[in-house]
Amino acid sequence: MPAITHHIPDPMIAAYASGSLPHAYSMVVASHLSYCRDCQAALGAHQAVGGALLETSACAALTQDAKPKLMARLDAPAAPEPVYDAAGIYPGPVMQSLKGRPLRWKTLGMGVKQDILFEDAAGSARLLYIPAGQAVPDHSHNGLELTLVLQGSFSDETGRFGVGDVEIGDEDLDHTPVADPGDPCICLAATDAPLRFKALMPRLLQPLFRI
Amino acid sequence: MSKDKTYSELTVWLLAVRDHRDRAAFGDMFDFLAPRLKGFIIRCGARPALAEEIVQDVMLTIWRKAAMFDPHKAQASAWIYQIARNRHIDIVRKESRPVPDELGEDPGTEPDASQILALEQEALHLKQAIQQLHPDQKEMIEKAYIGDLTHQEISTQTGLPLGTVKSRIRLGLGRLRKELKGLR
Ligand SMILES: [Zn+2]
Ligand SMILES: [Zn+2]
Repeated sequence: MPAITHHIPDPMIAAYASGSLPHAYSMVVASHLSYCRDCQAALGAHQAVGGALLETSACAALTQDAKPKLMARLDAPAAPEPVYDAAGIYPGPVMQSLKGRPLRWKTLGMGVKQDILFEDAAGSARLLYIPAGQAVPDHSHNGLELTLVLQGSFSDETGRFGVGDVEIGDEDLDHTPVADPGDPCICLAATDAPLRFKALMPRLLQPLFRI
Repeated sequence: MSKDKTYSELTVWLLAVRDHRDRAAFGDMFDFLAPRLKGFIIRCGARPALAEEIVQDVMLTIWRKAAMFDPHKAQASAWIYQIARNRHIDIVRKESRPVPDELGEDPGTEPDASQILALEQEALHLKQAIQQLHPDQKEMIEKAYIGDLTHQEISTQTGLPLGTVKSRIRLGLGRLRKELKGLR
């Protein structure tokens, strides 16, 4: 696998560790971490700060029966948690969000397909399938867009993104990603707001496809 | 059970639980950890009753997942911190936190005791550095690491301008950064 050149910014890794990052972005961060030793080291550093804060934290007294109650629970059988491991090109966090369901690609036209994995008020995460040579329509962003490559690669005005690379698009980024020749490009993309497409047609289609 | 002086109490307890399902060690760990966890979780914004419930859940998760603790990879306190944040969020938001895949050993590095000692040293120095922080900086950093609060929300909650919040966090982290090789 070629070296990863586009990483998660440090404050976002800290937000992931602390849990303040919205779920859709956490999916992309956890997926990038599944490829990237450098960012895992950064996560370890933030966890170490969190751990040191925990150890030096001011105490709050527990209720009297807290300890006996807990000790009595140690032998209770734990409900088995389903385990969803990485499969094929899809890292563990993608499989965790699929919860065992098969992929459901919905066509967006021009061979571009998507499968929405998660959606809430704070944002959404989806898989995007872009045939080689195909462009994702020219658009800008209302908020923050994270795009992680799982297969193939794409290029845009800012550079080339291969497997494991993550592109961070904000309000200032106005770009046209094009899938490079070779395998179709499959990405995991998270946004906190609908994308704004420049061309009229995609804008009309936007509510329909929930991009 | 290893009584090596170079390991922190927390590491010794956690390894005893991992390797021997040692209830006495787990009880000692509870006595040390549970009140700190409860204080930490209350400052995350949880009511005392919910905090108590999360402490129970976190401690039980530590007992059940101890087999996954690897002192070559993370300090005991760092491992417990991530469990505490994950369980808190799973319980409050009712959604499972995405967890990255393990990457295994770095090719070319054999796991050895020196890695554990380096991590133990780092944890010790971090604790000392945190205790030496100005109370304002410590408060801001704590708020950032107990989560659920963006810099903007910290600013609203404390009434401090956003720039002040950011610079206190940056300054505080700068002091901690000396102690941490992974922090960028
Ligand atoms: Zn990275
Ligand atoms: Zn975009």
